Amino acid sequence: MEHASGDKRFKILEVHMKKFQFRHDALIEILHKAQELFGYLEDDLLLFISYKLKLPQSRVYGVATFYHFFTLKPQGEHTCVVCMGTACYVKGAEKVIAAVQNSFKVKSGETSADNKLSLLTARCIGACGIAPAVVYDGTVTPRQTPESALEQIRKWGLK
Amino acid sequence: MTHPELLEITQREKSQRKKVVLRCCMAAGCMSLNSKGAKEQLDQAVAQAGLKDTVEVRGVGCMKLCCEGPLVQADPQNSLYVKVTPENAQSIIGALIGGKASVAQADPEAAFFKKQLSIVLANSGVVDPERIESYIAVDGYEALHHVLHEMLQKDVVDAITHSGLRGRGGAGFPTGLKWGTVAKSAGTKKYVICNADEGDPGAFMDRSVLESDPHSVIEGMAIAAYAVGADQGYIYVRAEYPLAINRLNIAIKQAKQMGLLGSGVFDSPFNLTIDLRIGAGAFVCGEETALMASVEGKRGTPRPRPPFPAESGLWGCPTLINNVETFANVPTIIRKGADWFASIGTEKSKGTKVFALAGKIKNTGLIEVPMGTPLRVIVEEMGGGAPDGAKIKAVQTGGPSGGCIPADSLDTLVDYESLTKLGSIMGSGGMIVMDDTTNMVEIARFFMEFCMDESCGKCIPCRAGTVQMYHLLEKISQRKATARDLAKLEDLCDMVKHTSLCGLGQTAPNPVLSTLRFFRNEYEELLQPDPFGPRNEKPLNAAAVLAGK
Repeated sequence: MEHASGDKRFKILEVHMKKFQFRHDALIEILHKAQELFGYLEDDLLLFISYKLKLPQSRVYGVATFYHFFTLKPQGEHTCVVCMGTACYVKGAEKVIAAVQNSFKVKSGETSADNKLSLLTARCIGACGIAPAVVYDGTVTPRQTPESALEQIRKWGLK
Repeated sequence: MTHPELLEITQREKSQRKKVVLRCCMAAGCMSLNSKGAKEQLDQAVAQAGLKDTVEVRGVGCMKLCCEGPLVQADPQNSLYVKVTPENAQSIIGALIGGKASVAQADPEAAFFKKQLSIVLANSGVVDPERIESYIAVDGYEALHHVLHEMLQKDVVDAITHSGLRGRGGAGFPTGLKWGTVAKSAGTKKYVICNADEGDPGAFMDRSVLESDPHSVIEGMAIAAYAVGADQGYIYVRAEYPLAINRLNIAIKQAKQMGLLGSGVFDSPFNLTIDLRIGAGAFVCGEETALMASVEGKRGTPRPRPPFPAESGLWGCPTLINNVETFANVPTIIRKGADWFASIGTEKSKGTKVFALAGKIKNTGLIEVPMGTPLRVIVEEMGGGAPDGAKIKAVQTGGPSGGCIPADSLDTLVDYESLTKLGSIMGSGGMIVMDDTTNMVEIARFFMEFCMDESCGKCIPCRAGTVQMYHLLEKISQRKATARDLAKLEDLCDMVKHTSLCGLGQTAPNPVLSTLRFFRNEYEELLQPDPFGPRNEKPLNAAAVLAGK
């Protein structure tokens, strides 16, 4: 059965579920795949997963909200993830966050009003040898300063 | 796969080895500094110079000195080039044919390298993590073959017990004892789990091991599975480590193709399937019962123990759960013998420990040292002390569950007991150096904020206690608190420590307690005079109440 919207991604997701034989313990794997396909987990998508896996909606929603990796809101066009592990923290990651927050009017953990930039923090990306590290649109960049972070974001054409 | 086939691969690898091997670091740290680009240029430069028959450019795992990356090592010249850019490729190749390289080099004889003793990291920076043949060439899967054909299950457990190996995830539980319990537990279905949910901020040992030498972990797991009678394994790895996930997927696939995983491994009746489970960013999932809930696809909340996972774990079956580094030790112990392993380290802590050295220190990177190495040797000789002439103030071990060791205790030997005595823990191996510009109250607040966010909310002491402690710490750092608040904070530390359900809550107060123990003056300097005079009620002692006193 196809999803009513006719969106092909639902089909891909269902094939992925089939790979796991619709097993309940594969829920986290399936949520990972869903987020990879759709960018975030909207209500409709969670309902689809709960229906297909024959799991209570509460269970799917509970798992999706428990783990930090899953997001229920759409992300901005660009993401800037500042690592806040201990090594990055003692080397000044907080100043990088403060600079981005002030210059681009976006709060940590949120997306700017124009939907251009999401500023997120990570618990530790394991790049402590090159602290402080920032991940710009998936690319880990070493030894950041407030200036280099602002410069990098301006390269995306943001003001 | 049979033993002669294994030897044949080793032989083939050895005979095909070219005269010179250029090893390029392809671990996450160096890759973010474009080591991939450098490798591609090196490949091209080799082809241009017509050296394809004598020089091999090999992508390898971590070469330890992460702060100087990307690293390229020439073997057998033993030159270690640092901060290599793609433009340096010509110069490095030129040096091989008699020229002089204009690239900075690190001294391979420096204390940072010379004081290391590699067991877990022996293959890191040597083998190509994406080729199983490369691992087999350094005696890989020999130990698994030996175990399957020449040892009884009981003998394997005995060997591990005899070696004195203890869990490298932090708590230091004797590994042999754990294996023995799972082996003895009744049940036809048993599981092995590798805990690769390295959540401690500031720790990256497990990531490096998985990226650099994934097969040693898989072989360790297979030996464990044979010893305890399991036929299904899971590796639970953080989603934050995409490269490690990728390399593990490749490694598992190759091992399956070679018949080193699957059914009838090495033509024996032993079967093992290993699947990956990707975490989703929850620190509490490093706790074993929470991790198992997560493997089952549920919210990662812990449950009371007993029953311990060894008796009732995944889906109620006996489950062996060990850390990445613990498993990575196993093949070498089997190959070189338990006595050899037991001869390294201190009386109660055997073998080596890998630490991730980071923070305000000159040489950041990975080190592996024998247990019982003085902290001073690690920080001052190997790490090179704080940069820019600053003074080291403290060393933080064990992440949010650990504590800060002040500079005047640097002569402490690194083993499980000594660190616990100082109010810290060995932890998984993160070691963050702090200099005199670091504010200890801020550090305590930082870790408490972490624990507050990461508390799963199942038990009240941890869920509510961490929030209250965080607010008190914030109040103190804003200079709004009085001595009364500090006393309240200490009460809460005591209560949360003794009444929380799992390790997260039980150890959450540690950073506060240890900074209070050694840097109390920094807290007191921030206190305001109490308008109601000194506090006179007796503090509540949760430990005494629990003990019924």
